[in-house]
Amino acid sequence: MARAVTTQHKTIATVAAWIVALLIFFPILYTIITSFKSEQEAIQGFALIPSGTFESYTEVQAQSGYFKFFFNSVLLSVGSTVLALLVAIPAAWSMAFSPTKRTKDILMWMLSTKMMPAVAVLFPIYLIFRDTGLLDSRIGLMVMLMLINLPIVVWMLYTYFREIPGEILEAARMDGASLWNEIIYVLTPMAVPGIASTMLLNIILAWNEAFWTIRLTTTEAAPLTAFISSFSSPQGLFWAKLSAASTLAIAPILIMGWFSQKQLVRGLTFGAVK
Amino acid sequence: MKLRTLTLGLLSASALAFAAHAESITIATVNNGDMVRMQKLTDDFTKANPDIQLNWVTLEENVLRERVTTDIATKGGQYDVMTIGTYEVPIWAKQSWLLPLDKLGDDYDVKDIIPAIAGGLSVDGKLYAAPFYGESSFVMYRKDLMEKAGLKMPDAPTWDFIKQAADKMTDRANGVNGVCLRGKAGWGENMAFLTAMSNSFGARWFDENWKPQFDQPEWKKTLQFYVDLMKADGPEGASSNGFNENLALFQQGKCGMWIDATVAASFVSDPKASQVADKVGYALAPDNGLGKRGNWLWAWSLAIPAGTKKADAAEKFVSWATSKHYAELVASKEGWANVPPGTRSSLYANAEYQKAAPFAKMTLDSINAADPTHPTVKPVPYVGVQFVAIPEFQGLGTTVGQLFSAALAGQSSVDDALKQAQDAATAAMTEGGYIK
Repeated sequence: MARAVTTQHKTIATVAAWIVALLIFFPILYTIITSFKSEQEAIQGFALIPSGTFESYTEVQAQSGYFKFFFNSVLLSVGSTVLALLVAIPAAWSMAFSPTKRTKDILMWMLSTKMMPAVAVLFPIYLIFRDTGLLDSRIGLMVMLMLINLPIVVWMLYTYFREIPGEILEAARMDGASLWNEIIYVLTPMAVPGIASTMLLNIILAWNEAFWTIRLTTTEAAPLTAFISSFSSPQGLFWAKLSAASTLAIAPILIMGWFSQKQLVRGLTFGAVK
Repeated sequence: MKLRTLTLGLLSASALAFAAHAESITIATVNNGDMVRMQKLTDDFTKANPDIQLNWVTLEENVLRERVTTDIATKGGQYDVMTIGTYEVPIWAKQSWLLPLDKLGDDYDVKDIIPAIAGGLSVDGKLYAAPFYGESSFVMYRKDLMEKAGLKMPDAPTWDFIKQAADKMTDRANGVNGVCLRGKAGWGENMAFLTAMSNSFGARWFDENWKPQFDQPEWKKTLQFYVDLMKADGPEGASSNGFNENLALFQQGKCGMWIDATVAASFVSDPKASQVADKVGYALAPDNGLGKRGNWLWAWSLAIPAGTKKADAAEKFVSWATSKHYAELVASKEGWANVPPGTRSSLYANAEYQKAAPFAKMTLDSINAADPTHPTVKPVPYVGVQFVAIPEFQGLGTTVGQLFSAALAGQSSVDDALKQAQDAATAAMTEGGYIK
């Protein structure tokens, strides 16, 4: 009897999970479906079967070359993530293994910077970028994305590092390991799942960042967010083209997320269950 | 062999030197059919000007407005040519943010620009932006439904006729709404329509001393008429419908009439996109016999920011893109119907264009019927037909738009919406130093 109930529960849970997953994924699925419709089909109302035309993709590519934007997106998301990790690993290490009275306050303060609306600092940041010649430069934007995501990266790494027993690091120190050796050869390998998931999440966040990437770029450093934005039109219905542009923009990160989902889930639930 | 290598080397070196010399200009623009077409045709420009390279930045209208405003206010210098509208030009020109266009070339023929459009883009007689395409608004209606209703649309209808026709055409059982109008809140959305409509009812935003006028009977008549008309004959959820939503409804045959931008004519009459392409008629925007019609005037124009270091190259491009030659180029490649409308008188005198665009005459008449310097019946201290060309208008227009949209949705009464609009406008004008 007990087994029957368990099986029944499992079935219900599975069905519920599928329904929720489908609901969450549906807007993306419908965007992909719409991208294979003609413009007329796209505005005609709800339909799950497209005519299968590639017209929108051809036009989107002809109108504004996809690959330059794609290259910038890859460079900015990976570059900003590497920069963020370089800063965050030592920061999280010191907070996790040599905490002071103020460590918690510092962590909260770092997180509080995420609570401010980005538009509030648009003008100061814009002026700094203008005066330092960083407008429309990949380096400038990489630093900007690194700074935006740094609080989350530090927080995540701090949580993972706290799970690692301090005794192991002490043992390494006893064996004469220097600070850098300790971080590089002892701490980092042990925290690989945590670092990997932090890295993946940070890449996704940087890839999707649309406020600064649109406002601080023009042509040279513009990533895929600017590419999508260029297909939005207040006069004229170009839903199929907009969907094709969106599909092209999200496809790489969706594929990356699909292949790395195990690591992502493992990292995100790391330390959640003791 | 050696000689060949040497020649090749010299050629490559000179090509490199030439490429290094080439000046590149960055053009910020919006995504619409005419602008996209221009990007495709720029080979014609670069062939004639091999020393100028063009970089394009296409953005959504609101993002573009925010980006170019930030850039021009901080003299960021990211753009050399900006696509801006008739709202920005007078404000920015007065701030000395734009360069006057006085070197457009001998064969440019500035006088050929339609006077109503040129007037909206000039300050103290100087042109600060060249119009790329211009538009007004008019009535698009279903000829078949009008006939079924036993009515004939006059060339210049009154609001009473529109109400009568809408009542008769509405057939909700078959999904037909008598009239579709903008309801989505925004200074460029419902307020563009309602401000233009209010002109024909004799209303105005401010009196000669900048005192807000929403407490006057003309505004009450305008808003009450609009809300009643839409409740009786408008589509469901009209308070969230803007240009694109109404375009979709009209193309699917769900609207008897639609009063909106003249540029929509090419979309609703396109058989590839519209199910009612062969059944559309056009008429001037309605009036109330007060001497002003409810149509607006807008021109997407190319301007050169004062912060650019490449003013000469930028002006060459602006001249090319808004010239008669460009119109002929588009006509030769894509047909006369696709030439950007509403900027030059010569286009409307062209027999081939008249044949290709059945809505041409009505578009020109609509543009000519709007006067940005005298937009409404009573005198006003501002320029602009469907907007007020002051910096405060973007924020205030959107606030009032939200109040009127709420009245349409039934969340507040017409009287409440007008009272709140009067309060908001009074506060904004006091803060701006226009009134005490």
